[in-house]
Amino acid sequence: MKSLNKVVTVGAVAALAVTMTACSSDDSPEPSTSATDATTSSATADAMEPVTIKVVSLIPGSDQAAFDAFDAQVAQFEGLYPNITVESEEYEWTGPTFAAQLAGGTLPDVYTIPFTDGLTLLANGQLANITSQVSELPYANDFNPNVLAQVQDANGDVFGLPTAAYGSALHYNRALFTEAGLDPDQPPTTWDEVREDAKAISDKTGNTGFAQMAASNTGGWQLTVATYARGGRMQTEDADGKIAVTADNDATKAALDYFHQLRWEDDSMGSDFLLDWGTINQAFGAGQVGMYTSGSDIYTNLIQAQGMNPDDYGATVIPLEGDDSGTLGGGTIAAVNVKASPEVQNAAVKWIDFYYMQKLVDQDAAVLDAKTLSESDQAVGVPALPIFSKELFDQSREWVADYINVDQDHVSYFNDAIFDQAVVPEPKAHTQELYAALDTVVQSVLTDENADTDALLKDVNVQIQALIDADA
Amino acid sequence: MAIQTTESQPTSLVRRTRLKLSNGGFSTFIFFIPLIVIFGVFSWWPIIQSGIMSFQETNLVTTSWVGFDNFYQVLNDPLLWKAIKNTIYFAVLALIFGYPVPLIAAVLMSEVRRAKGFFTVLAYLPVVVPPVVAVLLWKFFYDASPTGVFNTILGWVGIPPQPWIQDQATAMPSLVLAATWAAAGGTIIIYLAALTSVPPDLYDAAEVDGAGIWRKVWHVTMPQLRNVLFITLILQIIGTAQVFLEPFLFTGGGPANATLTVLLLIYRYAFQNSLGGDYGAATALSTMLAIFLALMSIGYFKLTSRWSDS
Repeated sequence: MKSLNKVVTVGAVAALAVTMTACSSDDSPEPSTSATDATTSSATADAMEPVTIKVVSLIPGSDQAAFDAFDAQVAQFEGLYPNITVESEEYEWTGPTFAAQLAGGTLPDVYTIPFTDGLTLLANGQLANITSQVSELPYANDFNPNVLAQVQDANGDVFGLPTAAYGSALHYNRALFTEAGLDPDQPPTTWDEVREDAKAISDKTGNTGFAQMAASNTGGWQLTVATYARGGRMQTEDADGKIAVTADNDATKAALDYFHQLRWEDDSMGSDFLLDWGTINQAFGAGQVGMYTSGSDIYTNLIQAQGMNPDDYGATVIPLEGDDSGTLGGGTIAAVNVKASPEVQNAAVKWIDFYYMQKLVDQDAAVLDAKTLSESDQAVGVPALPIFSKELFDQSREWVADYINVDQDHVSYFNDAIFDQAVVPEPKAHTQELYAALDTVVQSVLTDENADTDALLKDVNVQIQALIDADA
Repeated sequence: MAIQTTESQPTSLVRRTRLKLSNGGFSTFIFFIPLIVIFGVFSWWPIIQSGIMSFQETNLVTTSWVGFDNFYQVLNDPLLWKAIKNTIYFAVLALIFGYPVPLIAAVLMSEVRRAKGFFTVLAYLPVVVPPVVAVLLWKFFYDASPTGVFNTILGWVGIPPQPWIQDQATAMPSLVLAATWAAAGGTIIIYLAALTSVPPDLYDAAEVDGAGIWRKVWHVTMPQLRNVLFITLILQIIGTAQVFLEPFLFTGGGPANATLTVLLLIYRYAFQNSLGGDYGAATALSTMLAIFLALMSIGYFKLTSRWSDS
């Protein structure tokens, strides 16, 4: 008995250590070949067969009105397709949780991912091939080719639909601007002005003047934004397609110097240096942050989940300085679970078409969507970039003009200038690992006055280049 | 547990089995099955899987055998040594601050004549609070701005605001403080129970010899608690080697990896990359950690069994 006890106890200790990473491979998504088969056979499936699909709904913590609006849209969809039942679950994309869901096979039938991950998931065979379903959609050929390329393989097959695109924006709290004696209708247009305004907000209101994301890979993401804005690139690609990591470029160093000045000379960056996408939105929504950079599509989260007063919100473009500078662009892809049955995949594409796409291309759908949202006090007219052509984008805004409730004056500084900025996509190779490595650099600069940024950036180069070289 | 037989000669295995079953062993076996199945499915199967995976490169779609490459990769990762150093630092801080606190609290509480139950409940309360809730609460307390809860309290006595978890130097001690608060209650209960088993005669004898309270504690209480103290020490070392919750929830391993621990590194290998991380490296490090902890446990059993024999 004694020896059995020993074995069991030692085993239990070992189990504690290893269980967390021991995800069974049985649940892993199947290669995309099965999805192609599924797609082919789906054409013969009975269209009226009852089918239930699981889709992602809203970010956890969204207010009841937002869920009411979502439920109303589900009801409209089920009215159009009586054989399809929609079940929804709350969802927020974060790197670690998505990885766990992907590994555990618990992703719903329709889910959303950032552009960053599209091509890699596609290459891994983890996205369903929905080419045939998409080809039946009337707007299949109208996508901005650069945007659609985010979900296409070498053969041109489509593995998801881009539903939204964003450019990076400088978000600012108009109330704090006013409180600090600044004019909220004169948002900063250079990094020097951002610094001055941040100091004014910090000194006069006691709140954080300028906040920077630094954790959960978002530190690297936003350092890349700051790098592009100063004309640098995190990776370069030669004629043979070989990628070199260039994290120690002058623009990144300049961006880190800039953070250093705000943090250690001006003390205008507050006291939390471990913010990520969720917590920075929370702090900004609560009126504790004067300015920060993030995607232009953040408005909905700030109002729905953080309870921010819409009157306090303002957005402008990221200041660009130097040759080759541009704004980092990205977006959202609606993808279909590769493990779903053909019938479910068909229904899933119908849902994506209805919920995400129709409002972008069809006047009636756009008006119905806008009406539903505005009746529930949800945001209509959030700053964004076109998925299709700029003309269609402008036209869709005209269709819903009566329902737009986002104060367009407050976001005009972004809307009026974004189309004059070069939109640069995210770094291509090992993006998440690059961002994670850069998190450490940003955190070092913000928590150690004497951080050796040159050495830290060189480390990032070596670390990520090794991963890229290993692929080759 | 052993089945009694009247036979003096050694019996065959078959015969012994039949005897066991006929004496109720079979029903015991039936009742044992769910346990075996649950333990097998949720503990042993993942252990075997992760052991296998540590020799593979896999994205859970395609898998290939890579021999000891994952181990080689992990051992060459500069972050591993940082994580080990941090974990040892956490363990040492937890030993210095976390280990004596429950003992002192238990000795003091055992001396309290009135409202002992009240103090016991008070000490145990943090254990009842769900760990995630406790961490979020402490995160709120650790707000590094001058208006943060702890900084406000420090301000009352003229101490300037502290950065707490926002500084590379103070982050780990802050985590230990919160972890000690959360875990002390359980250990206090163990010590309180052990203290009741110390024969009162020994204290009386010491008192007759003119011992004061500290000499009684040192010469009577401590030697009597020797076994319990050793067990809690080993358990604490094993526990701190696996520290994950605090660094994960408080700091995510930051600032600048100042609180990155071994278990958090395993988590990062596996899950930091949203596209399916390096499961091979994660399981390789898990396996190494498991072997280390298993050796620790064996050492612990050997020592404790020697004690119980003596």
